[in-house]
Amino acid sequence: MTADKATAHHTADSSQEKDISKPTGVKALLIEVAGMTHFSGRFFKEAFLPPYELNEFLKQSYLIGNKSLPLVGITAFIMGLVFTMQSQPTLAKFGATSWLPAMVSVAMIREISPVITALICAGKVGSGIGAELASMRVTEQIDAMEVAGNRPFKYIVVSKIAATIFMVPLLVIFADGIALIGSYLGVNLSGHTAFNVFFGHVFNKLDFIDVFPAFVKTFFFGFAIGMISCYKGYNSNEGTEGVGRAANSAVVIASLAIFIIDMIAVQVANLFN
Amino acid sequence: MQTAIDNKITDQKAHSAEEVVRIEHLSKAFGTHTVLKDINLHLSKGENLIVMGKSGTGKSVLIKCMVGLMEPDSGSICIFGQSVPDLDEKELNDVRKKIGFLFQSAALYDSMTVRENLEFPLRDDKEIKSGERAKMVEEVLNNVGLLEAIDKMPSELSGGMRKRIGLARTLIQRPDIILYDEPTTGLDPITSREISHLIVDIQKKYGSAALIITHDLDCARITGNRVILLDEGLVIAEGSYDDLKDSNDERVRDFFK
Ligand SMILES: Nc1ncnc2c1ncn2[C@@H]1O[C@H](COP(=O)(O)OP(=O)(O)OP(=O)(O)O)[C@@H](O)[C@H]1O
Ligand SMILES: [Mg+2]
Repeated sequence: MTADKATAHHTADSSQEKDISKPTGVKALLIEVAGMTHFSGRFFKEAFLPPYELNEFLKQSYLIGNKSLPLVGITAFIMGLVFTMQSQPTLAKFGATSWLPAMVSVAMIREISPVITALICAGKVGSGIGAELASMRVTEQIDAMEVAGNRPFKYIVVSKIAATIFMVPLLVIFADGIALIGSYLGVNLSGHTAFNVFFGHVFNKLDFIDVFPAFVKTFFFGFAIGMISCYKGYNSNEGTEGVGRAANSAVVIASLAIFIIDMIAVQVANLFN
Repeated sequence: MQTAIDNKITDQKAHSAEEVVRIEHLSKAFGTHTVLKDINLHLSKGENLIVMGKSGTGKSVLIKCMVGLMEPDSGSICIFGQSVPDLDEKELNDVRKKIGFLFQSAALYDSMTVRENLEFPLRDDKEIKSGERAKMVEEVLNNVGLLEAIDKMPSELSGGMRKRIGLARTLIQRPDIILYDEPTTGLDPITSREISHLIVDIQKKYGSAALIITHDLDCARITGNRVILLDEGLVIAEGSYDDLKDSNDERVRDFFK
């Protein structure tokens, strides 16, 4: 049985299943996980086989960046600023204000900016993808591509997941930069530190081991956001109300996945420490 | 009256023409709800076959099985001599490229303009150059009389226009078989008739075979060479439009009132 037909089968049968016995609890969770695993497998299989949808990938990447850049920027700036202002009094008590740039940058780059950026993307991009794909499913646009022999999985799903994998890390790097600028401003709200002094401190104290695992996990964040929201949208089959539900559960599950990945990433990074 | 024996005779007669679709003993159920019980039908080259039946008898399910969007529970579906449920993904895509499918809802890609909608089915065909592609788009749009809509978005079109663009998108692949799912439903009588005549024109121009699902008697009369009637998962009558209209079977006659 081909994967395409598997999807068709899924669409065809599940609404009926609903009336008879909709699995709940652990069973539903396992079915969901199995579904996502299969979906991811299909993504990797099709992503590496030509033809490649380069144009669609670039278009999606642009849309993702365009959609979340302002929000990511503002949030990162505020996080950097506020985090600095909050930490300053405590450090001052110990006479350790000179540690401020190092501490803020480690916290921002290792943890806060990747997670916040990923959550913003899950909210903005994930809900958009979930709703878009679900409505394409409801209005039979996906079926139409399929019967025309146009491989909708490749065109829609692969290019969107690839775009989130590619764009989330870039957005995180952008957020890192903005957060440090915010932090610099926070430092200067009380007392004066020169720009080059501040960033000198930051880059002196940042190790490879701080930056690299944080960078690697952002790819996983991107994958989780793209995969989960595409999965929810592509397999939606409950008519118009399914569109809202797909968008909603895309955000909820992707956000949860981000925290789980973050937790695993910490453990893995500690192994190498 | 059209009996099972008569059906067999028509079957054998049509067998001599080049057959492009043959469906035998097709059944399909959703859970405990059996939609198609035992469907037998065939379609020959250059023929327009009308499929009628009450709402919910499984007409859309039938054509979705034909293109592999749904999997039948049992029975065989042969298109160009190939058994559709047994094809792998690549073979299935090759068969699909020879089949045009007009969705009940037109299913236009709403993030794309009309032009992009029409170019989309051709995207895998590397042999077509972009100049040629533009010409093909204009030609099919001319066929459906909507050349002026070429740069519009689907959301800017009326229901009837969407249907016609959907039809144009189906035609641009130059399919050998066209499956129309209620091409005239929801349209005014004049536009309906225009579409019906368009379907006949297409049949004449391209010599394609078509399976046309419709409730619209006008459309059936204008476009159909042969009509079959589905009820409760079975083909209960088959013949020309006039044969069925004058049928003695009450179930059949009721349909033509
Ligand atoms: N994906 C599905 N899951 C469960 N049941 C389905 C599904 N698709 C169709 N059905 C059922 O199959 C039956 C036939 O549906 P179908 O859409 O083929 O009807 P139809 O003959 O095309 O009707 P209409 O003329 O109204 O379009 C209906 O009873 C419907 O409930
Ligand atoms: Mg239907």
